[in-house]
Amino acid sequence: MDSLIAIWDGLPEALQTVIVILLKIVAILLPLILAVAYTTFAERKVIGYMQVRCGPNRVGPKGWLQPIADVVKLMFKEIITPTESSKAVFFIAPILALAPALVVWSVIPFFDGGVLANVNAGLLFVLGITSLDVFGIILAGWASNSKYAILSSMRIGAQMVAYEIAMGFALVGVLMAAGSLNLSDIVNAQSGGIQHWFMWPLFGLLVVYFISGVAETNRAPFDVAEGESEIVAGFHVEYSGMAFALFFLAEYASMLLISVLTALLFLGGWLSPFENFESLLAIPVIGAFFDSGFHWLIFKSLIFLFLYLWFRATFPRYRYDQIMRLGWKILIPVTLIWIFGEGIAIGLGWEPWK
Amino acid sequence: MTFEQFIFYIFATVTIVSAIGVVTMRNPVYAALFLILAFFTSAATWILLEAEFLGVVLVLVYVGAVMVLFLFVIMMLDINIDPLREGFIRYLPVGILVAVIVAAEIIIVLSSDTFNMAIPDPMPLSYSNTKALGEILYTEYVYPFELAAVILVVAIIAAISLTMRKRNDKTKRQNISEQVRVKSKDRLRIINMKSEEKQ
Repeated sequence: MDSLIAIWDGLPEALQTVIVILLKIVAILLPLILAVAYTTFAERKVIGYMQVRCGPNRVGPKGWLQPIADVVKLMFKEIITPTESSKAVFFIAPILALAPALVVWSVIPFFDGGVLANVNAGLLFVLGITSLDVFGIILAGWASNSKYAILSSMRIGAQMVAYEIAMGFALVGVLMAAGSLNLSDIVNAQSGGIQHWFMWPLFGLLVVYFISGVAETNRAPFDVAEGESEIVAGFHVEYSGMAFALFFLAEYASMLLISVLTALLFLGGWLSPFENFESLLAIPVIGAFFDSGFHWLIFKSLIFLFLYLWFRATFPRYRYDQIMRLGWKILIPVTLIWIFGEGIAIGLGWEPWK
Repeated sequence: MTFEQFIFYIFATVTIVSAIGVVTMRNPVYAALFLILAFFTSAATWILLEAEFLGVVLVLVYVGAVMVLFLFVIMMLDINIDPLREGFIRYLPVGILVAVIVAAEIIIVLSSDTFNMAIPDPMPLSYSNTKALGEILYTEYVYPFELAAVILVVAIIAAISLTMRKRNDKTKRQNISEQVRVKSKDRLRIINMKSEEKQ
């Protein structure tokens, strides 16, 4: 141990910071990828029980090793490139889809002070980087040199651009209430008990944000880009093996991201609902559970993650023109009116969230 | 060379190389992709200059929205590349003229006194570029800002009115409110009739 510390002290300072940052990145990404793997398992189980089936239960005890088996299968599958496709773009596309979905996690605070990069304009950074997600999918569709794939890219392109606007407006409401673009500051602005969370005064924006989040991550009922019944599997119809797995990983990572962001922005993130119950917090072991911490962020995110799975099990797929109508004619006007009302409330000094 | 300079040179090189790629690529989709890369790296340069709001907005608006629609159009059109290359020599003099004028303008502007100033000190960590921009935009420059907004709205309305077309009445369109208001008696008619005689 002492020799390790001696080696560490011997390193130049710049190298030390780089190593610490790399370790932090690993500490975020490893659990994230595990969470993605088990989200796929949870999805199959939850939807299974909703449809009165058991879901996967063969691999490992109660099927718990199913995601591992899936990963191994995908890793050893052959990757097929379509002829006459643009090879470089075909292989860059999955990377372009995955990279933004992972980069955004750098500004997400997990508990008070627990953030990789405490960026001033964190919310803007999240919006900017998530808007890059769409390129991976569009390019995958184009580079596949397939009619189904290109149709899917066209659909997802228009859908993403439309719902990004509603999403951005919903976030404008949050930053008006919090008075900051920094994600940690936004969570801390909601401290002081459950009645101070932004979900109460900004309930409409919460609904709009989560709906457009579902549309942005291209999940049921907005998954026209995949539309199995019409265009087979959409943009990833020509992808196999690990190349396909990267799209899968990106989709689930952004699902987790939207769940965590909704919890952070509207449900007070890591703040406990029992913040003001001093006597409860004073109990030796249980008190730590009721205190604010990372576990509350997990609970709150799991609510939204479950909603994702629930939507997928219950709602039929939207038709394309209905998606556009919902985005442009319903969600955007709702956010505009809500922001206007919020502006008036702030102007009159009536701020219920404070 | 400091670390910041090192990063700057990396981004500057990528920007220039991708800008050259935009005009030299034969395939228009590749050209558009290089344009995206050029936008992205210039956004990174802006962030390096502590203009994080402008940098992120450049990514959000140009890369995330404008270029998506751009790619959309390029992919939809099956562009035949050869005719685009025709007459390259014929148009070359005009091209060179435009390039020279633009270069001269850039040199004149950059060598003027406006840019002849000392390097400003870096701002403290708590300084918010977004807030500073907002404050100056909504106080000092509020009229030009509102004027720009009005012009943009006019442009939006003009674009919509130019592309809006009346459809012939044969197309079936969904009227949601009509569908919601529908009652069972609009669709189903219950009539009272005698049963027919046995034959």
